[in-house]
Amino acid sequence: MSVLPAFLLNDENGEGISFPGGKMALICLLKEDCPTCNEVMPVLESFYRAFGDRVDFFVAGQTQEGNVRLRERHNPSFAILDDTSLKVSFAYDIDTVPSLFLSDEQGNLEKQLTGFVRDEWQQLAKDLGDSLDCAAPTLDWQLLPAWRPGCGSLSVDPLIADRLRAEAENSPLRARKIEIAPAIDEFEFMFEQGFSDGLPLVPPTPERVLRMLSGTQRDPQEVVAVMPPNMGDATVEKIAINAVMAGGKPEYLPVILAAVEAVCTDEYNIHGVMATTMGASPVMVVNGPIRERIGMNMKLGVLGQGSRANATIGRALRLVIRNVGGAKPGGTERSTLGNPMKFTMCFPEWEERNPWGPLHVERGFDENDSVVTVFTMTSGPTLIVDQSSRTASQLAGSLGLGLESAFHPKAHYATEVLLVVCPEHVDTLIRDGYTKADIRARIQEVTKRPISELVEDEVSAVGFSKAAANSMTEEALQKELPKFKRDEDIHIVVAGADAGKFSGAFHGWATGEIGSIPVSRKIEEV
Amino acid sequence: MTTILDPTNEREPVIRQITPRSGEITGRVALLDISKPRGNVLLDRLEALLSERLPGITVNRYAKPTFTKPAPDALRREIQGNNDFIIEGLAD
Repeated sequence: MSVLPAFLLNDENGEGISFPGGKMALICLLKEDCPTCNEVMPVLESFYRAFGDRVDFFVAGQTQEGNVRLRERHNPSFAILDDTSLKVSFAYDIDTVPSLFLSDEQGNLEKQLTGFVRDEWQQLAKDLGDSLDCAAPTLDWQLLPAWRPGCGSLSVDPLIADRLRAEAENSPLRARKIEIAPAIDEFEFMFEQGFSDGLPLVPPTPERVLRMLSGTQRDPQEVVAVMPPNMGDATVEKIAINAVMAGGKPEYLPVILAAVEAVCTDEYNIHGVMATTMGASPVMVVNGPIRERIGMNMKLGVLGQGSRANATIGRALRLVIRNVGGAKPGGTERSTLGNPMKFTMCFPEWEERNPWGPLHVERGFDENDSVVTVFTMTSGPTLIVDQSSRTASQLAGSLGLGLESAFHPKAHYATEVLLVVCPEHVDTLIRDGYTKADIRARIQEVTKRPISELVEDEVSAVGFSKAAANSMTEEALQKELPKFKRDEDIHIVVAGADAGKFSGAFHGWATGEIGSIPVSRKIEEV
Repeated sequence: MTTILDPTNEREPVIRQITPRSGEITGRVALLDISKPRGNVLLDRLEALLSERLPGITVNRYAKPTFTKPAPDALRREIQGNNDFIIEGLAD
């Protein structure tokens, strides 16, 4: 290194100080928890007093708290510059702190000292005094140790060096690299690290993650969301790593990114969804052109296994929640029974088979937008079996009766529902001209019960308490409550095979501001 | 060697795996000098004591080029491939 790298570092007041500054310069890189660095602080002070008016001084510390402690402990006359990003330490390619560099006016290296060798520092003091034609520092050199080796620079700490190298090389990857020795099975290793939902994971090698990142135009370091409970930064890169582990393909990534954004909103409340003992989990519904483009299954067996896109997109979201958010069973995830949908639950709507218009359009998006909607489920898909009804009124009535068990038959106004209507049921409903509004109204109509029937009794204590019922008038007790507080708490989508008269329902969790509100997010067009 | 990227928020260190302990020292024992001053003196003494108490073992000596950096891959592979145990002298 003949020309020292230029830099701009902030002093303790946040003011930028740049090198080279047109004068000779002394640059010392150090860190507070290194005993040798503390030994040289008074020496630097004496250098500053002797040469500070003729030589630029750059003393830079490697940690923020350490710099504060250096100031408290030594209170030097010079500023302690902030190299907590370690960019200068890395650019100067140092292994050891303290490292001292002397440069001429143009920034050319004249001398480099590593650690503390008394004779070398003393010689430097003398040489500087001679060349600047001023008195050398007043220092009792014999009181100083003859030699101290210094400590490893933080910039060569393996965990940090990878990041610094990646930044210097312009690699888009910043995640910590984990090396798995040849003798260790990487699949077993990932289980033991706690990365897995219980099923094997695809090892997220840098090559696979780079390939996954090709599925989006977003910056890999963009923070898509801050994810509870540990408030981890869900960057595009971290999400891509989990998408690789889930077994996904690059073209799925935009869906996963949008879903992460959606679940981390205050309305959706992923923390509550994960933490509840009820065993809730997100259901992702995908709408728009992306469904076909990435090969999602919206027909036969739509809610089951067999489709890589459906299965791995849902799983990737869950792995991000586990690994970046930190929600793990037994930790902040506290389900009593759990629920198999916690592995994965993602499906697209068969919009072309839906005569009423797709979910995302109903929720305010353009039909050409690709959109993911997250809904919180606690049970289901609960099958509503009706092979007999031939009129829309009968069939919608059946759907209503089938939904009575959501939470509990006596629990009204308690939750929402995501109704997946199968194509054969669609045909029966549309033959009589039923709209979504008609379906909802019929469900509400057939599930209406007078409050008097929803009061705790010998059969079950769920529902209104006796005390609450006692305070009501007879007229109030006869008021009929439908199953759902609002018609729009019944979300309707179409999916499934052309054959079969079986619709399904995902029962929700606590709704409104105290629970989870469904959220839709537009998916990036790539 | 497989390298993977950490899928977590990196708040916790990676959990290292420990090889099962057999309860006795046999076979080949590596002594690794990290190249801090006088580390070799300590390891010389250790080698003498090991050879005296466990005459059946073979002691192999290695040194890292510098204490400031992790051991090079080639050295790690050589130590791992040719030894059953390793004793590493850390810091000073």
